Amino acid sequence: MSDTKTTASGSDVRGTLVRASGNTNVQLGVICILVLVAMTVMRPNMFLSSYNFESMAFFMPELGILAIAMMIAMLTGGIDLSIIGVANLAGITAGTVFGWVAGEAGAGSLGVAPVVLGVGIGLLVGVLAGLINGLLISGLRITPILATLGTGQVFIGLCLVLTGGPAIVGFPDPWTWLGNGKIAAIPVPLILFVIVCIGLSLLLSRTSFGLRLKLIGTNPKASLFAGIERGRMIVWSYMLTGGLAAMAGILLSARTNAAKSDYGASYLLQAVLIAVLGGTNPAGGRGNVLGVALAVISLTLLSSGFQMMRVSNHLIDFVWGAFLIVVIALNSLRRGRGK
Amino acid sequence: MRLFHNADVLIALILVVAMVFIGLVNPAFWQMANLFSLLKANVVIGLMALGVLLVMISGGIDVSFPAFAVAGMYIVVRGMVEFEYDGVVIPFLFATVIGALLGLVNAGIIHKFNMIPLIVTLGTASVVRGLVLGGIGTSNVNINQMPDALIAFGRTDVLTLERANGTTFGLTAMILVYIAAALVIHLLLTRTMIGRSVYAYGADAEAAKRVGFNTGRTMIFVYCTAGALAGFAGLLHSSMIWLANPRDFVGLELDVIAAVVLGGASIFGGRGSVLGTVMGVFILVMIQNSLILMGIDTTWQRVVVGGMLIVAVAITALRDRRALV
Amino acid sequence: MASPPLIELRGISKRFGGVRALDDVSMSLAPAEIHCLAGENGSGKSTLIKVISGVYQPDGGEILIDGEVVDKLDPAASIARGVQVIYQDLSLFPTLTVVENLFLNTYLRERRRGVDWGRGRKMAKEVLERLDVSLDLDASVETLSAAGRQIVAIARAVLADARLIIMDEPTTALTGREVARMFRIVRDLQAQGIAILFVSHKMREMLEISERLTVFRNGSKVAEGPIAEFDERKITRAMTGRDLNTGRFAAPEVSPGTTPRLELRGVGIGKDVRDISLQILPGEVVGLSGRIGAGRTALAKAIFGLGQEVTGDILVDGKPYRPASVTEAIDAGIAYVPEDRLSEGLFLSRSIQDNAISAALDGYAPRLWIDRKRARDETRAMFDDMQISAPGPEVPVSTLSGGNQQRVVIGRWLMTDARVLILNGPTVGVDVGSKEQIHSIIHGLTRDKGLAVIMISDDLPELAANCNRVLAMADGRLTGELTGDALTEDALETALSAETEGEPA
Repeated sequence: MSDTKTTASGSDVRGTLVRASGNTNVQLGVICILVLVAMTVMRPNMFLSSYNFESMAFFMPELGILAIAMMIAMLTGGIDLSIIGVANLAGITAGTVFGWVAGEAGAGSLGVAPVVLGVGIGLLVGVLAGLINGLLISGLRITPILATLGTGQVFIGLCLVLTGGPAIVGFPDPWTWLGNGKIAAIPVPLILFVIVCIGLSLLLSRTSFGLRLKLIGTNPKASLFAGIERGRMIVWSYMLTGGLAAMAGILLSARTNAAKSDYGASYLLQAVLIAVLGGTNPAGGRGNVLGVALAVISLTLLSSGFQMMRVSNHLIDFVWGAFLIVVIALNSLRRGRGK
Repeated sequence: MRLFHNADVLIALILVVAMVFIGLVNPAFWQMANLFSLLKANVVIGLMALGVLLVMISGGIDVSFPAFAVAGMYIVVRGMVEFEYDGVVIPFLFATVIGALLGLVNAGIIHKFNMIPLIVTLGTASVVRGLVLGGIGTSNVNINQMPDALIAFGRTDVLTLERANGTTFGLTAMILVYIAAALVIHLLLTRTMIGRSVYAYGADAEAAKRVGFNTGRTMIFVYCTAGALAGFAGLLHSSMIWLANPRDFVGLELDVIAAVVLGGASIFGGRGSVLGTVMGVFILVMIQNSLILMGIDTTWQRVVVGGMLIVAVAITALRDRRALV
Repeated sequence: MASPPLIELRGISKRFGGVRALDDVSMSLAPAEIHCLAGENGSGKSTLIKVISGVYQPDGGEILIDGEVVDKLDPAASIARGVQVIYQDLSLFPTLTVVENLFLNTYLRERRRGVDWGRGRKMAKEVLERLDVSLDLDASVETLSAAGRQIVAIARAVLADARLIIMDEPTTALTGREVARMFRIVRDLQAQGIAILFVSHKMREMLEISERLTVFRNGSKVAEGPIAEFDERKITRAMTGRDLNTGRFAAPEVSPGTTPRLELRGVGIGKDVRDISLQILPGEVVGLSGRIGAGRTALAKAIFGLGQEVTGDILVDGKPYRPASVTEAIDAGIAYVPEDRLSEGLFLSRSIQDNAISAALDGYAPRLWIDRKRARDETRAMFDDMQISAPGPEVPVSTLSGGNQQRVVIGRWLMTDARVLILNGPTVGVDVGSKEQIHSIIHGLTRDKGLAVIMISDDLPELAANCNRVLAMADGRLTGELTGDALTEDALETALSAETEGEPA
């Protein structure tokens, strides 16, 4: 829907408007603005403060990247429930390596070079984790739900084995800069998020890789008859998902200067929610980065507004869950009418 | 039916081999006290697994039952504390009904909107946990506040043995509750049309509709029973550990799903048995509890459970392999 | 006949939106009659089945059962009156046993709550005895052959006290021998007083099994009568509305010395296909006829890289070629248009352009990036070649008509360097006008691009009119070849019926 270009001529303005209002991304844009206005009206001083926007800009990217990772798994009709495990494992592996390298001196003293190595290791962990998921799913033909549920536990388990339980704290300064620094007054995580969004958006809409994933998700059987190597594409897609999850994990540990096996547990549901809200079809074939980005922005605004109104974190969980159900119900009703 | 029996025989074989192996590594495994505590650890997971079995036979997956268990347990225990009620039957009834009602919500959404069960139950789990923690409370109800009748019920033993040093240990009576529930679910699944409709729905939902099954009723049966079992098991858990923690059961869904898959239920639906599930639960609990006996650090526990799930799923996937062409 | 018809339809009409699916249709079925309902896809056959089984309520006309007018026929009422439908997918439960598949229906109808396995087993045994077949009662249905499953479906219908069993394309997945066995069962059922309504588009089976025939075209009944009044030619003419004497494809001149586009030397595929040798020259259209199960599709898929245990040699343009995967087949210049357009051929919700370039992605994206301008331009060019009528390349394929969709599936291969085009049922479910256009497009391709075409079809006139020569296939072997002036519809009929006689009944 959202990736079909409207080919309206000038006289067909009304048709364009009608189509645009049915377009998920336009709806999401409207939701963003509505939330923004509502929050501003209710808490003008706090909500519109630059501090508030800045703090959102620091923690939104982790969630946004996880949601994009989830969307990519959903493109082929799969799902990745191991992304949180992968994210934490990436942060913890990097932290453990820093601990070894620094020895007695403490990891905080390490410079840029080890951190680059750490980022590389973290991303590698994610890609390898994704490779395992992909091989289980395409090679052994395990359903994605159960495969990633199992590997997710293994990854979290490995986190526990590496840390022995408590959090790893005290990351090198260049590492924490990734999560807290700024370039020309723009938070580094936000810059990274924008780069990821643009890169993946191009990858999914302009390359054969992206089109192949969507074709597989649309009709696996027809993709076979079109000579698309499904197994290999699925492995690649889960490796990409794993790599992105690792990147989110790096940002998370960089921002909080800590890594632990059970950080960000609530992100799993939110990632699914944002992916689905952003127009991704969990049955496969449809999804776009812009939609997911808009969805994460509107949910971050909403969440920040709730916090300002002193709504408890638990009720926010409730709202996320309810939101997810409402969104899928609406999507299902809309599909029903389309038939 | 033969196929089911074959699967069950295989699982029984794995169970025996695992028991012999663990016993060889550490003979302490065979001590009565250890076996009794193993059986005790089976009860709560086992009750939940029976519910998940129903869901998996119907071709779905449920990750909301731990949240439902918390809801059943915490709402009822807090209610009992609040109203200073002390009893057993009515609280368990309430916990069961709460679970069943929440299950009804799952069934309604899944059936009405024809949505993927995983995503629906992810959502309802979050909703229910949020409501319990945000709406009812976040503090534990611990032993000195717990209603006495619940504690007394939870510590009932069906059999008491004496150690050489004169201390006694017992087999919890809750195991009888578990066996009774397993028997009921077994009979429902094999001897009633609603039970067979679960298999039929899991085998081919479209065909089930055409043949004339009321598939809406099947979904309600599946998810309400799963919810009811979870609610009941939740309260039973708190009466056995004398504590009601509103943050309990986090991550339990994986253990339970792993147990059900270990028990031979098909990941594609249409296959699975109570006997297999009971054995699957036993294998899982036994291996988890025996890691220490075998000298393995407990931090490896999740790796082992995750690995077991992957292996079990891989084996059933090979069995049920559905070719694309 | 003194007794009233089992079912009589009077002036039944059914519309879907603006489409008239059934237009003033009247027909009747006598008790214990074997009746055949013929027609091409989209002719209204399935709508009619759904009216009789109560799934659809007609907009006009009346339905009489046993001579009484039935006001509102819903599925439950239809089943209660003894109507059972066996759909093409059989609607069985693969993971459940034969016994259970048989008794579930009956218990449901009896509104039971409990399951009496002993009685269920007895019922299952009795019904299989009644049909005079033996099946392992405790085997799960997924382990049975297609024929075994068919028998379970029939037995289930019989158990449900059927007086009329409607069978939708029952022979699709069966081999010749299995078809014969099924026909025997059907005649037994008739002897027991059960009427059968066959829905089919296969001439030979209609002529063999049915007593009366009704032919549908475009939602109307166009012919009806005892089977003795029909022959294949007459049925085809009624079904297609086409004059059979038109449009014989003029074979292009092929000089004998040319290297064949495709050559098979002693090719075998597992146990299904043995010892196939053939040569197809550039510009040639070679038909492949034979029953379902004769190995035509297996052979086609194997050439396209989807076969297992392929033995023998395959050469494309004289170069040896091992069809190990679809990708390699496409690279070697093989193109395949599958039987089932919707499930195997198209990405329905994607745009025409995405569908068009789907098989040639490496060509359009040599370095990951899709050359979108070239993709659009060439999709447009393909539009012209295939005479597709659509607003533009961005439109989802799901919005196109069957004929246009099929053109997209064929046109997709113009975007690759296809040299050998295998068409499996090129015009199934395509309206008559579109059909002829597709034929002329195919001929244009062979003429202009030197394509070699293999055309697999059950439609004998289609083969006779469009092929340079036709090969007959049976039981996994090539059994004959018709070419030049000898290639007539009559000759094809004779060749095929010779095979049928050769098979044990």
